[in-house]
Amino acid sequence: MLKAVILIGGPQKGTRFRPLSLDTPKPLFPIAGVPLIQHHIEACAKLEECKEILIIGSYTTAHMAQFVSDMQKEYPIIIRYLQEFTPLGTGGGLYLFRDQIRAGNPSAFFLLNGDVCADFGLKELWTFHNERSDALVTIMGTEATRQQSVHYGCMVCDTVTKAVNHYVEKPNSYVSTLINCGVYVCSLQVFHTMADAFQRKQDGFYSGTNGNSSPHPGYMSWEQDVLAPLAGTKKLYAMQVTSWWSQVKTAGSAIYANRHYLELHRERQAVPAPCHILPDVFLHPTAIVDSTAVIGPNVSIGAGVTIKAGVRIKESIVLNHATINEHALVMYSVVGQDASVGEWSRVEGTPSDPDPNKPFAKMDNTPLFNSDGRLNPSITILGASVVVPAETILLNSIVLPHKHLTRSFKHEIIL
Amino acid sequence: MCGSDKKLGDIRALILVGGYGTRLRPLTLSRPKPLVEFANKPILLHQIEALVDAGVTQVILAVSYRAEDMEKELTEEVSKLGVSLTFSHETEPLGTAGPLALAREILSASPEPFFVLNSDVICEFPFKELAKYHRSHGKEGTIVVTKVEEPSKYGVVVYKEDGQIESFIEKPQEFISNKINAGMYILNPSVLNRIELRPTSIEKEVFPFMARDGQLHALELQGFWMDVGQPKDFLTGMCLYLTSLRQKNSNKLYEGPGVVGNVLIDPTATIGKGCRIGPNVTIGPDVVIEDGACIKRSTILRGACVRQHAWLDGCIVGWRSVVGRWVRMENCTVLGEDVIVKDEIYVNGGQVLPHKSIQLSVPEPQIIM
Repeated sequence: MLKAVILIGGPQKGTRFRPLSLDTPKPLFPIAGVPLIQHHIEACAKLEECKEILIIGSYTTAHMAQFVSDMQKEYPIIIRYLQEFTPLGTGGGLYLFRDQIRAGNPSAFFLLNGDVCADFGLKELWTFHNERSDALVTIMGTEATRQQSVHYGCMVCDTVTKAVNHYVEKPNSYVSTLINCGVYVCSLQVFHTMADAFQRKQDGFYSGTNGNSSPHPGYMSWEQDVLAPLAGTKKLYAMQVTSWWSQVKTAGSAIYANRHYLELHRERQAVPAPCHILPDVFLHPTAIVDSTAVIGPNVSIGAGVTIKAGVRIKESIVLNHATINEHALVMYSVVGQDASVGEWSRVEGTPSDPDPNKPFAKMDNTPLFNSDGRLNPSITILGASVVVPAETILLNSIVLPHKHLTRSFKHEIIL
Repeated sequence: MCGSDKKLGDIRALILVGGYGTRLRPLTLSRPKPLVEFANKPILLHQIEALVDAGVTQVILAVSYRAEDMEKELTEEVSKLGVSLTFSHETEPLGTAGPLALAREILSASPEPFFVLNSDVICEFPFKELAKYHRSHGKEGTIVVTKVEEPSKYGVVVYKEDGQIESFIEKPQEFISNKINAGMYILNPSVLNRIELRPTSIEKEVFPFMARDGQLHALELQGFWMDVGQPKDFLTGMCLYLTSLRQKNSNKLYEGPGVVGNVLIDPTATIGKGCRIGPNVTIGPDVVIEDGACIKRSTILRGACVRQHAWLDGCIVGWRSVVGRWVRMENCTVLGEDVIVKDEIYVNGGQVLPHKSIQLSVPEPQIIM
């Protein structure tokens, strides 16, 4: 029997995903028509041996209850949400709920970061882990560019055994192009290692030797306090994959993730198409789409959305109950819930996809502003219930929820 | 022709066409400026028609470059109006007065006064009134003046209540007058004695001396006036022209579903379903506007095509150009001849040279070579 743990963090995290995360917790933001972490759940549910999924985070149960109940109906697997009483870090939450994870004595558990998206090859990962009897943790790894690798957990591996000899989280200088994907399989014995790490953290916290940098005695980083010390002990392994993988940090990465998840889940696409569709497109069955609209590629349309005559949408996500009026064009944008775009308006952002000419390039999670204090070109985001008037242009801008615009905007954040 | 016009005699007019019309590029890279259609008619024909209406029988075009196509095309057009056209070619640019000296022989062939006008002016041409007023005061010349809001940008004209001009003042810092030279004159042949055959300015080297001698009068223009020599003013001039057509209850203005405000549409143009055209739009012959396009304050020249769902505001679309589906163009964008703007492109203040294909958006004003 296997289990899976998905770490989703809490409302204090995922701020770079604003304003999208102002209305919906980031883990529930729809990518390719389903909440971000439903893709994780689906990957876990595909494995027959996997019997339970535990979602750990510090969002209130009220935020998560509906989602968990929906998932429970959709997948034949036990799904539970475990709320941390306070944010405890990537390792702290896991350790807090160790008894829940160990219950039923699974042979191992998957550990997935909620803010990544990938073609999760969990079966291969489990097989790889199983072949190495001394492995406590196996990390799914992928190749990054030399330049970008330092933004991730970097690993140096034995070329034959694949044991991780060295692990550094976000190094200051180049270490390795093999990076941690935030997807793991762990043996239950890892909790012994965690107990030692936890003890060290406690000692440090109460003796004040950690400089009181931890907000809570139970705070623990999975990467720094558990993985890094395990490197070089022949208990930590890495399986390198070449399949698609990305972090979802900024709002811009939602569009990139959308494209790949749409490609992975072509079975969800609407048949027959209600209008001219350039694949891949996800259309919610309750969306009302005029036959003269042209949609795609890379578009997800949520529930109850209305798309009027002559509308063009590409490389965008349109959330539930939004309205796109006649002849409007939406590209490289996210249109929030209940938002509306006026006729003949143009809502346009700038794609922030990885450089296609660089092998292994990842999303550049560029900051909102550049060094001159100007807004970096990014996707355009309309918060919930935003109204864009007719015949205007909204270019590379971010509009916070409930704002009724009265003119065109370019390169601005509109509060 | 009615008797009263006959009394004016055989009147000649000289139009200062001048150079290549670089200010109206990229349109003038394909077609000489006088032939660029303003409100579906070559700019020069607006003037020649008005001159013919005032009894002019001979028009001299002072040009500083040779354009055989233009000469042929214009001669054909103008012959229909029963007026003869003469081209006076400058070997070097002679300014605004030199061309008069060059055409001295024709202009002084009769003692009748003649008209002179700058070629870029669009207004309700007052030539009959100008000739009448000129004869009434009996002096050497009369210039048309027009009222402007910001006189400090121009040279202003100061004149007495009876119309006699006292002085010209360049770019006055303090308000002196709000009347400026409108670029239209009627002059007696004697004025030619004041002009040498060399590059010289009528405004600076001739008129001030005529005013000093008490030989120059001013006639105030009624209605709109615009120098349409550059794209921004071309569009503003078009708005004023269409408004004046409306005031005159002209049946040239188009009425129909999807049309808002003052719009001129050539009968050979086709307009799709669900469009919104206007206000202030001119659509030329053989133009195709596809379904769901929205066009405001723009001129679409002959043979161009605006495809579905495009949105245009403040644009001049050159001959046979194609504006793609869901394109947005605004802010004084000018497409030269045979430009293709691909689907879904945004062009903000682009000046696009002829025969270009635009595949990437132009978010800030620029010239696309």
